[in-house]
Amino acid sequence: MNGPSGYTVVLGTRASRVGLLAACIACAVLFTMPFWAGSGTMRLLIEIMCFLALAQMWNLLAGYGGLISIGQQAFVGIGAYGLFLCANHLGVNPFVAVLLGGLTAAILALPVAAITFRLKGGYFAVGTWVVAEVCRLAVSNVQLLGGGSGQSLTAMRGMPKALRESTTFWIAAAITVGMIALTYWVLRSRFGMALTAIRDSEAASKSQGIHVQKVKLYVFVFAAFGSGLVGALYYLNALRISPGSAFDLNWVVIAIFIVVIGGIGTLEGPIIGTLVYFGLRELLADYGSWYLMALGLCAVIVMIKWPRGIWGTIQHRYDLRFFPVQRRVRLLE
Amino acid sequence: MDWLAVVMHGTLAGGGYALFAIGLSLAYGVMRLVNIAHGDFIVLAAYIALVIAVASGLHPLLALPIVAAIMFGLGYLLQRTVLNRVLGPDILPPLLVTFGLAIILQNGLLEVFSADARVLPAGTLATDSVSLGGGLAVGLLPLATFMTAVACTLGLSWLFRYTRLGVAFRATSDDPHTAQLVGIKDKHIYALAMGIAFAVMAVGGVFMGMRASFTPDLGPSYLIYSFEAVVIGGVGSIWGTLAGAILLGVAQGVGYSFGPGWGILTGHIVFLLVLLFRPAGLFSRSQP
Repeated sequence: MNGPSGYTVVLGTRASRVGLLAACIACAVLFTMPFWAGSGTMRLLIEIMCFLALAQMWNLLAGYGGLISIGQQAFVGIGAYGLFLCANHLGVNPFVAVLLGGLTAAILALPVAAITFRLKGGYFAVGTWVVAEVCRLAVSNVQLLGGGSGQSLTAMRGMPKALRESTTFWIAAAITVGMIALTYWVLRSRFGMALTAIRDSEAASKSQGIHVQKVKLYVFVFAAFGSGLVGALYYLNALRISPGSAFDLNWVVIAIFIVVIGGIGTLEGPIIGTLVYFGLRELLADYGSWYLMALGLCAVIVMIKWPRGIWGTIQHRYDLRFFPVQRRVRLLE
Repeated sequence: MDWLAVVMHGTLAGGGYALFAIGLSLAYGVMRLVNIAHGDFIVLAAYIALVIAVASGLHPLLALPIVAAIMFGLGYLLQRTVLNRVLGPDILPPLLVTFGLAIILQNGLLEVFSADARVLPAGTLATDSVSLGGGLAVGLLPLATFMTAVACTLGLSWLFRYTRLGVAFRATSDDPHTAQLVGIKDKHIYALAMGIAFAVMAVGGVFMGMRASFTPDLGPSYLIYSFEAVVIGGVGSIWGTLAGAILLGVAQGVGYSFGPGWGILTGHIVFLLVLLFRPAGLFSRSQP
């Protein structure tokens, strides 16, 4: 991309080539895991990947799109129930139905956006939460889907355990890697520039001819699709669903914790945040509600003292970017 | 189907929601702050009242001034020490900090008071009813709650309109920088607004605690009802909040008459319909 008068615009850095290499190695390890890892490890990893993908979606919404939603559990739940509806009641192959779950969530995001986009800032946040409550209460009233007590994924009956576990794992890996790669690619594209511009100044980007509402709508639908996939995947692994757990507020609580601790508005942040979260969980899981209080306290302190989060602070200090999405102007000699 | 009774009870229930919602409306009106821990602080107030009532044997209504004073102090300190630091053009920090507080509070209450349902011992106040003639009777406590909600709304709108503090609130709300130029200490004003919001939340928490049993996990629903009342009524209008709360109470009452799974859902649906057709709220003077 050569400019007319002695400068170029670059995206890559030396660290980004290291980052790409590391990502490739991680993918290779990940995708071969079903051949050598135990089923307990794989179950845990699927859970980790679910939260990583969900956190990445929330990061895209809040860190780039400026849309702070505390109702992403609506799409998690709808994606999951989409899977159960398609697999249990319409006879679709459960693995294919994961994709349909994601699509259901994306379609639902359109009317949800039509209503909640009328609210601004904090009110948008609570508005999305109301939508999640509506979904939970509505699904609880549907007898076909097991009402308030939920149902099991009976479509999986008769499938050999090893086949089910490894296929679920591959789908999980594909979804997580795919969503992160897609987010990375979107953020580096023209669309990503528009998104970053909106985050920095809505008024200025409007004046440059960006359709702010349209860009935000795309981000919202994309995040809903991703969250729906995560929900479908999680319950494909869990094999049992209930409205209380599928539309649980804790989905978004954990996603927010991961993003805030790791560093909002960076792609590396949620990866680090996920590691921190699961580390803390393994350490503190025996302490019940103290553990959730510790999470809340960590998030509050980080938000006040280091609002950039762990990765944001490192990046700011050392200018280290493994997944760079911003363009830099380099003057030519 | 006795529609008159449904509307009557819904309206009185709305009085309770108004007591929840006034604090949220006030905090947003003065400092554009959405406190996600709003509902959890209401629950906290109910537990504080429980502790005082059990320890001293006072009737919850007599304990209410103490609870309100404690909550006022808590609100003032919270705003002064934590929330003022995160207020700014970026809406993310205040949202996340109050969200974190909500998680801490909810699990802290769970740890201290367990998940058992509690109720404030209100004696005969909770069971007496008033006959309105024509075979219609309403509970004394719901009636008292409703009257208190109207009184709080009156009191606050008087405060905003006629007192120096109210002028300072409105000035800071309109433009904090200019307000500072004429000698208003915005940090102190914000903290006072939060203190008053918390005192009204204490009133809501005590009345709610006398009427129905409560558990530590009720905060999120209280936040959502408060929020719905504020948005239905029109953001920034205190009388609108009261009207929105009444409409929400009636909508839930109508929903419950269809079946137990429909009350709260009907309330949410009415809220979404208002948002769809009158996004500025039903009683707001300005349009978006």
